[in-house]
Amino acid sequence: MAKIKPRVKLPKKAKAGETITIKTIISHKMESGRRKDKKGNVIARRIINTFACKFEGQTIFGCDIEPAISANPYFQFNAKVEKTGEFEFIWTDDNGDTYQKKQTIKVS
Amino acid sequence: MPELSRRHILGMGAGALVVSSLSIPFSALAANTMATDAIMKFTGGAKPKDGLVTLDMPEIAENGNTVPVGVSVDSPMTADNYVKSVLVVADGNPSAGVATFHFSPMSGAAEASTRMRLAKTQNVIAVAAMSDGSFHSAQSVVKVTIGGCGG
Amino acid sequence: MGRKVSLISTVLGAGLLALSTYGTAMADSTLKSIAPPANHPLSEIISGYEFRASETQDLQDDDFENPGYIWVDKGEDLWSEVDGAAGKSCASCHEDASESMKTAGAEFPKWSEKLQKPINLEQKINDCRTENMKADKWKWESEQLLSMTSFVRSQSRGEPVNVQVDGPMAPFFEKGKDLYYQRVGQLDLACSNCHEDNYGNQIRSDLLSQGQTNGFPTYRLKWQKVGSTHRRFKGCMKNVRATPYKVGSDEFVNLELYLGYRGKGLPIESPAVRN
Repeated sequence: MAKIKPRVKLPKKAKAGETITIKTIISHKMESGRRKDKKGNVIARRIINTFACKFEGQTIFGCDIEPAISANPYFQFNAKVEKTGEFEFIWTDDNGDTYQKKQTIKVS
Repeated sequence: MPELSRRHILGMGAGALVVSSLSIPFSALAANTMATDAIMKFTGGAKPKDGLVTLDMPEIAENGNTVPVGVSVDSPMTADNYVKSVLVVADGNPSAGVATFHFSPMSGAAEASTRMRLAKTQNVIAVAAMSDGSFHSAQSVVKVTIGGCGG
Repeated sequence: MGRKVSLISTVLGAGLLALSTYGTAMADSTLKSIAPPANHPLSEIISGYEFRASETQDLQDDDFENPGYIWVDKGEDLWSEVDGAAGKSCASCHEDASESMKTAGAEFPKWSEKLQKPINLEQKINDCRTENMKADKWKWESEQLLSMTSFVRSQSRGEPVNVQVDGPMAPFFEKGKDLYYQRVGQLDLACSNCHEDNYGNQIRSDLLSQGQTNGFPTYRLKWQKVGSTHRRFKGCMKNVRATPYKVGSDEFVNLELYLGYRGKGLPIESPAVRN
């Protein structure tokens, strides 16, 4: 599979107590395990099976994922921010790999 | 990535035709066994109540590969009153599960959107588990049309 | 656009199911069009965007939600990645792509003095790699070539399609035009039968567009990834049960050139999102 590329979008700054919107997308085929190749062999399942968003180590939002999620999975959700800190986004692949991205937010 | 074969597409199409050409009363559109089982497992056997949950999906999906789906649950999202998780299932896919969203009071709002695959016209059901132990649900019928161009 | 659905019956005859009850009901007034130049075959030039459902349009409208931007991002990384014996990256010569590639995406296929024929953007990128970077060509439809083509063409977003069709380009333009109107395959259909005679009509549940190229490389929901103009051409030819030309063939470059003229003035939308 081609190089996996995560992208995230959230504001750089926010006010304390504000609920912000976070958007994430990652390049992934999300091979369902139900398709066959040209020879009729089943193509092994390989999907992103979990996603998590942490703020300063604490899980804010998470998702358990099934093959019914589209290729290049997109998630949009919210977070309530009280202080300046670092968001961490973690995608876990069926093959055991994890893909991570970090981004800080300044809260005033 | 190999393409879907024409036979697949025609097969999917035939399914969509049958389901959508009958006018089934709403009560008969209840989830199939697989979907019901997934919901019962999630709720521990409790029957979810209507209300509080909003499921935002198109009435007609232009392409079943990528159907936008948004869920939101009416909740103050405070430490003692919040939505713990939301299960999303589809009753016409080869397997019912779609995703389970996990929230916390730090989520600020119990809202999430993603994009899902629908093999044919079917019901999508969202069930929310509230911090007080109750369950609420909403459901949507999404029509999946047959493409004309296999290219 | 109130044409009769003669095409549908042709397809029916070929044993396919026709289904016209679903799909987006289109009112002519909702389609944004631009006026064609004099003697143009179309009375209105319409982007493929206009024929898509609002959910699909929404995906294209937001650069973050648009999955095509994953490829643009990868292309941006590759732009400054040194490759080949000359020790150069694209950026070594072309520096800031937002300046140097501002109009490039709207002008291809373009005349190649060296080859004495038009070449398209994919071929130009590979020509740069072999000639200037002394690097290997990227395979057509490879992750790298799709990413770089998406990145370069996205720099021209909003620029009007403006291919040169006169001078030395003229004979190639004529060949492309001949291909466009040539009936091919078991269904005996030319490009024009769907995309000139029947745009705005439905082929089963799909709404036929004018077959414009201003959104390519495009993220197609069917493909679940970005694909090239020539991949789309191949798909169309397979649909009419014809043997497709090869990606990168002179035939497809000529056709791409002719389609550029048919979409003259449309803003570049790459990476667009299509069905």
